[in-house]
Amino acid sequence: MSLVVPLKDLDRELARFRGRLKVGAAFVLLLAAALLARAFYLQVGQHDYFIQRAESNRISQVPTPPNRGLILDRNGRILAENYSAYTLELARGQIEDLEATLTELGKLIEITPGQLRRFRRLLAESHEFETVALKNKLTDEEVAILATQRYRLPGVEVKARLFRNYRAGPSMAHVVGFIGRINDRDLKHLREEGREENYRGSAYIGKTGLEQSYEQLLHGRTGFDQMEIDASGRAVRMLSRIPPVPGKDLRLHLDVELQAVAEEAFGDYLGGLVALDPDTGGVLALVSKPGFDPNLFVDGIDPETWKALNESPERPMVNRVLRGIYPPGSTIKPLMALAGLELGLRTPDDRIVDPGYFSLPNSSHRFRDWKREGHGVVDLRRSISQSCDTYYYKLAVDMGIQRMHDYLAQFGLGAQTGIDLEGESAGLLPSPEWKRRRWKQPWYPGETVIAGIGQGYHLTTPLQLAMATAMLANGGKHVEPRLVDAVREAHGKTWQPIPGKVRDQVKIDPRNLDVVREGMMDVMRPGGTAARAALGAPYAIAGKTGTAQVVGIKQGARYDASKLALQHRDHALFIAYAPADKPTIAVAVMVENGGSGSGTAAPIARAVLDYYLIGKQSAEVTLEANSGAE
Amino acid sequence: MAQSRNWILRRLGHLDGILLAIVVLLLGVSLAVVASASGQSSARISGHLVNVGLALGVMMVMANVPPHLLARVGLPLYAAGVVMLIGVALFGEVRNGSRRWLDLGFVAFQPSELLKLALPLMLAWYFQRNEAVLRTKHFMVGGVLLLVPFLLILRQPDLGTALMLGASGFYLLFFAGLPWKAILGGVVIGGASLPVAWGLLHDYQQRRVLTLLDPTSDPLGAGYHIIQSTIAIGSGGLFGKGWTQGTQAQLDFIPERTTDFIFAVFGEEFGYVGVIFLLGLYLAIVARGLTIAARAPTQFGRLMAATISLNLFTYTFVNIGMVSGILPVVGVPLPLMSYGGTALITLLLGIGILMSVATHRQLNKS
Repeated sequence: MSLVVPLKDLDRELARFRGRLKVGAAFVLLLAAALLARAFYLQVGQHDYFIQRAESNRISQVPTPPNRGLILDRNGRILAENYSAYTLELARGQIEDLEATLTELGKLIEITPGQLRRFRRLLAESHEFETVALKNKLTDEEVAILATQRYRLPGVEVKARLFRNYRAGPSMAHVVGFIGRINDRDLKHLREEGREENYRGSAYIGKTGLEQSYEQLLHGRTGFDQMEIDASGRAVRMLSRIPPVPGKDLRLHLDVELQAVAEEAFGDYLGGLVALDPDTGGVLALVSKPGFDPNLFVDGIDPETWKALNESPERPMVNRVLRGIYPPGSTIKPLMALAGLELGLRTPDDRIVDPGYFSLPNSSHRFRDWKREGHGVVDLRRSISQSCDTYYYKLAVDMGIQRMHDYLAQFGLGAQTGIDLEGESAGLLPSPEWKRRRWKQPWYPGETVIAGIGQGYHLTTPLQLAMATAMLANGGKHVEPRLVDAVREAHGKTWQPIPGKVRDQVKIDPRNLDVVREGMMDVMRPGGTAARAALGAPYAIAGKTGTAQVVGIKQGARYDASKLALQHRDHALFIAYAPADKPTIAVAVMVENGGSGSGTAAPIARAVLDYYLIGKQSAEVTLEANSGAE
Repeated sequence: MAQSRNWILRRLGHLDGILLAIVVLLLGVSLAVVASASGQSSARISGHLVNVGLALGVMMVMANVPPHLLARVGLPLYAAGVVMLIGVALFGEVRNGSRRWLDLGFVAFQPSELLKLALPLMLAWYFQRNEAVLRTKHFMVGGVLLLVPFLLILRQPDLGTALMLGASGFYLLFFAGLPWKAILGGVVIGGASLPVAWGLLHDYQQRRVLTLLDPTSDPLGAGYHIIQSTIAIGSGGLFGKGWTQGTQAQLDFIPERTTDFIFAVFGEEFGYVGVIFLLGLYLAIVARGLTIAARAPTQFGRLMAATISLNLFTYTFVNIGMVSGILPVVGVPLPLMSYGGTALITLLLGIGILMSVATHRQLNKS
């Protein structure tokens, strides 16, 4: 066959083959050019972008959260501290059958239904890659059991973590507050303030009280370890490290023992008390009863307990000193008297004859004095010591509501005091302008009359009353109440004082002030409304009682405490400062359903004054948790 | 003594010096990159050395087999391969959702691998037989010889292998003189049937193509590999990060980095300059192969040499294209670079055939 091959065909095929080889070579060059172009694009054109991608691949910023600052009372007793403990945590991503793992863990160590409920709630709130705590504060024995069994329970981790502990428990709950797990709302807040980066790695944030208002100082600065990581996220080596800066410690003006004395003095009553240093505004005690255990909240409270706390009719979560608003009642009279003198409407010697009621001209309506038969002849001092309503009905009418509003406003009524806690109420200092705005109604003359004795629209917080009392004590210096006295670096030796804030000075004629002060001292002297509460005190007290009505009393009817259900009894109020000649403490007390200020509120104040001024304690006060304070 | 030395020299005489030099250079680069990519694991390196040694041995043997002997095994190998592919279709073992493996009792293997060699041999032999009397019918027969294994492999399904096999068959027909009209017609028909073919693709195959078009659509799944390898290459820059200094490679971000994705390691550590050099080496092999083809004395030699050369570059293109993100992810190793014995032996076997064609210049007697 090969012998008959036509040579022409052979040559032609060979020529065609050579041609095809050239086409093949061109094809290869084309492909190679495409690859080179692509490589050029990646390696030269987009190099900067890809080098950055590669760096962010390999470098991980591992946050190291700072230790939270401590909170101490004025004597260095610890109120909020950190301690290290082991927790049992589950990494959901690594667990195939969560229920089986939980059952298995339940066989190894005790897990309460409450812990399970809490776990499920945290699980629902957490992200896929986070570990979720099942049980905190493991005992050594539990740690040992888990350590030996962990190999057959993937995703089960025992971790050492720092916990917050509030040694004073319920007693300081309304002051210190608590921290809790950072939730979506906190995160949003942090993001808006640009502080999110500092919370990478932090699990907790201050939710209430000082923990909330001093969050920025207490939290500290998060450190970052720059780690080189491999594709599976395992750290290979550390590239650099910025150490965390622990949060600052806070020292309070407050004395936990004074606080305990005050709480003790309340007995079974509920209410609020706040004691201020009139010179600095420092808060010496701040009691809101009942309290609650802040330790319950630190790691997520279980839903049942939360429900119980939240729905309790005693409202333990409400800080009565800051947020409880009550008509100031007769405790407003010293300020009203001072206003009368300062505005030239009264002299100390002006007298009225009190028939037991007051009527506006051309009106038959009788505004009754609390004393039906009247107080007889009453001057300014007596109007305070006897708490004569009729005197102030008349004074209020002479003053008019606008002047009353403007004068009382100088003492901080109707505005937030500026205390270093969040959520305080501004109360309500009524004025015609306010009533128009709020109710779209004109002001009626009768409303001025009852405003004169702190009733009607007036609403104040115990803190506002205490601050106004402090201003009477210090001669009109408008000091903002302040809990924190000083801060220091963690483990630092020197305390940096945080000076209190003075808003302004109310100009008061000292002679006028002396008259009012004498009236308040008369209250505590024999014949005064609260004389009994001052019996045997080795220092002079200036005070004023008051009651805040809970239910309205019909015209002409008489208030009879014994006929009223307990929860309808008046709230008892009392304000005082001492020693009267050189005051170092001002106090405001509100006793819920306490009836009369002199009967229940004044004795509580007396116990606080005694402890603060002479250190004597009638009640044996122990704060077990504080016995081991550093 | 003298005789045996003579024998060895004669064997060496069948090696092509230029081709050998380029191949050894490439294998040296490969060794360096495999060492770096494996974290200088001695097991990997020695494994690679063993593979290289074996493959060079196979190359030497093949270089000594005269082309006319090779031509004779074309038909039997092809017939056996097709029979086994039918066997696979009937009794094959299913792994990873496709039927590719044939269990012969003592060893399980993929008959499609055999066809990669058998199909060009078969076609080259066929066109040599009909040299100088080529008619349209010969190309039609050639087309059928190509389509039978192609379709059998396609329905396993193994799209990647089928396409690579189809390419090598096409190259052979092309060099044998397939008329341009037929090529154009094929392109038109192929283009028109693309939508139909898309419908016939399996889900995972469609996904691969879609992932290629937009890797970020699946950054943690299929797209992850492409994203990480392009980051590696791009971050290498002009001069690379240096041998064993590639963070993407050393910290495990590049998948399959000693095998299919070895180019990403190379690109990261040696940069654009390295890539130019590497492509230069491949082009040098192709250039030498095409030169051998041009000078080959027989039709069989010409067709085999040209096809092997183009085929090698096609593998190179598909692999680098895939790793740098312009082609879908198909499991194709980078010729002479990737770790892996089978691929290396197959490739050097082809290089051996090239050398055989180059060194057996006398017309075979027939």
